[in-house]
Amino acid sequence: MTLESPDIGRPNIDVSAGPPDAAAADMPLLRVEGVSKKFGSFPAVDHLSLDIRAGEFFALLGPSGCGKTTLLRMLAGFETPDEGRILLGGRDIAPVLPHERPVNMMFQNYALFPHLSVRDNIAFGLKRAGMARAAIDTRVAEMVALVKLEGMEKRRPDQLSGGQRQRVALARSLARRPKVLLLDEPLAALDKKLRESTQQELMELQRRLGMTFIVVTHDQEEAMTMANRIGVMNAGRLEQVAPPRDLYEAPASRWVAQFVGDVNLFDGEVTSHEHHRLTIATRDGGAIVVAVPRQPVAKSPVSVAIRPEKVKLSRPGVASDASNSQPINRLEGVVTDVSYLGGSTVYKVKLDSGAILRSSVANTARLDTDTYDVSQRVVAWFTSDDCVVLEQ
Amino acid sequence: MAGRVNRLSPFNVTALALGMAFLYLPIVILVIYSFNASRLVTVWGGWSLRWYQEFFNDRAMLDAAWMSLRVAAVSATIATLLGTLAAVGLVRGERFKGRSLFSGMLYAPLVMPEVISGLSLLLLFVALNAERGFWTVTIAHTTLTMCFVTVVVQSRLASLDRSLEEAAMDLGCDPVQAFLSVTLPLIIPAIAAGWMLAFTLSLDDVVIASFTTGPGSATLPIRIYSEVRLGVKPEINAICTMVIALIAVVIVIASLASKLSNSEAKSAAPL
Repeated sequence: MTLESPDIGRPNIDVSAGPPDAAAADMPLLRVEGVSKKFGSFPAVDHLSLDIRAGEFFALLGPSGCGKTTLLRMLAGFETPDEGRILLGGRDIAPVLPHERPVNMMFQNYALFPHLSVRDNIAFGLKRAGMARAAIDTRVAEMVALVKLEGMEKRRPDQLSGGQRQRVALARSLARRPKVLLLDEPLAALDKKLRESTQQELMELQRRLGMTFIVVTHDQEEAMTMANRIGVMNAGRLEQVAPPRDLYEAPASRWVAQFVGDVNLFDGEVTSHEHHRLTIATRDGGAIVVAVPRQPVAKSPVSVAIRPEKVKLSRPGVASDASNSQPINRLEGVVTDVSYLGGSTVYKVKLDSGAILRSSVANTARLDTDTYDVSQRVVAWFTSDDCVVLEQ
Repeated sequence: MAGRVNRLSPFNVTALALGMAFLYLPIVILVIYSFNASRLVTVWGGWSLRWYQEFFNDRAMLDAAWMSLRVAAVSATIATLLGTLAAVGLVRGERFKGRSLFSGMLYAPLVMPEVISGLSLLLLFVALNAERGFWTVTIAHTTLTMCFVTVVVQSRLASLDRSLEEAAMDLGCDPVQAFLSVTLPLIIPAIAAGWMLAFTLSLDDVVIASFTTGPGSATLPIRIYSEVRLGVKPEINAICTMVIALIAVVIVIASLASKLSNSEAKSAAPL
C-alpha cells in the first residue's frame, strides 16, 4: 500500500511546519511539559514531562488509577491540563479542540457507531474531512484490506466478533492517517490467544506505516512485547521511561522493580565501597556484594534487587560454577514450595534468616535430573553483576 | 420437560381470563354497542354503522375531534422538542449547579394532581389576560406531557456510551455535529416514542383541557363529557371506539419503536 498520498485537510494546525525559531530536527514529535490534571482534589496527573519521537511505539504502563488514561485523554483533547503544555510538532495544542487535532484515538470499548456499517464507521472521519467520494472509497478499501476485514464492509458492529470489532476500531482510527495514534487498552477485551496474535499485527502495522503509536496498558507483557520504549506511571508521575530491557534489568526505583516482573528484595546499608564493588549488610541475606551501579547511590538505606531467574540453586557442598571471576553471593536455605510452570520451575527457598527467596530455573532438558524437592536443603547463589542497588 | 415451564396451568388461564375481562370487558361492550342499530343504548337492535354515519354528520362533534387532533399534534411536537432538550441537559450536563432541583421540578408534573395543574394554568392565563382557546389548551398540554417525553428520552440517553460522541469528535466532528450524527440517530426511536406518548396523553385529557379551554373551542373529550351528561347517545360509543382504535395504533407503534431502540443498544427499556 502507498502512504505518500496527500494528507487530508486539517485547517487549523500544521504540524509539519513547526515553530520558526525551534530547531525542528531536535524537536520530538510530542512533548509533554510539566502537565498536571486534578479531578477535584485528586491529582490524576502530577507535573509530568515526557518526550515522544516520531515513529516510536510508546507504551504507558501502570496500575489502574495511575493517570495513564487521563494523560492519553489530554493528548486526544478530551481533558484539558490544569498546568503545563502539550506540544505537537513544536506547537502548543492546548487550545486545539479534539476534532482539529491530527491525533486519533482507538477507544478501549472501541466506541463503534452501532447504527453504521463497518464501511461507514471507517469512512466517518474521512467524510468529516471533506474527502471526495472516490478517494473515500479507495481509502476505506485500503483500510479494510489492512486489517483483513474483506467481505465484512456491510455488517453492523453487533454482527461482528470481538476481534473483528477491534479491527474496525483500528481501521477507523487509522483512516485519517493521524500523526499520532493513541490506543487505550487496545487488547484488553480480547482473549489470550487473540491478544498475542494481535500484538504482532499491531507491531507490524506500526512498522509498516511508520506512524507514532502511544498505547496505554496495565499489562506489562503487552507493553514489553510491543513497545520500543515504556513509561511506567505511578500515582500521576512517571517512575521511569526506558526501553523494555532497561526497565527490567535496570529498574530506577524499588516500585518499578516490583511492578515490572518478579523480584527478590533485600533491605540493608552500604558498609564498604572498594574498587568496583559495594558490600551491603542486609537484614535477611547477610552481606551481599554487588557491582557499583552506574548512578551512584546517594542515600544509605538501600535495597538489593535480584530477579528470580538470576538466582541459581545447587546442592550444599557441591562446588558451583567457579569459573566466573565475579564475586558470588551464596545463601543457604530450605525449599518450601515448587511450582512447575512448563518452561520453568519456580522454587521458594526459606533462608536461614527466615526470608523467602524465589528462584526461577529454566527447564532446558526434558529429562532434567537437576531438580529439588520440598524441604531439601539448597544453596541459592547469584553474581554481583546480577544485583541492582536501589534507594529505598 | 422444558415445555412444561411455559405451558399455562388451568389456574393461570382462569386468572388471566378474569384479569383481562376486568380490564377489557367494558371496552368490548362499548365497541359492540357502537355497532348497535337501536336508538336505545341498552337494547340490542342488530348490527349497523348508523352511529358512525351520525358522527360524520355531526358538525359540532367533528369540530371537537379536529380541535383535539390539532392540540395533540402541536402540543406533542413542542413537548418533544423541549423534553428532549431537557433530557440532554440533565444527562450531559452532569455536574451543573441545581441539577437535582431541576430534575425534581421537571418530574413534579408527573405526580401533580391534574386539577391543581389545570387550576394554576387557568389562573396564569387569566392573569395574563390571554384569550382562552386552542393555544391555551396546547400550552397546558405541553407542560403536562413534556416531562413524560423527558423521562423516555433521558433513560435512552443515559444508556448510551459517552465515548461514542468522543469518538465522533476524535474523527472530526465538533460537539454539535457529534450530537447530530451519532447521538441523535441512536435516540430517535425514544424521541418518537415520547412524541406518541405525549400525543395520546393530550388526546384523552379532560381535566386540564376543561380548565384552560374557552367558549367555542371544546376538545373531543370535553364535548363527549358534556353530551353524556344529557344522556348517553349511541353516537358516543362510535366516537369512543374510533378514539380507542387510534390510541391503540399509536401505542403499538410507540412500543415497537422503543423495542427497536433497545435492541440496538441492548439497554434498559425507556417505556
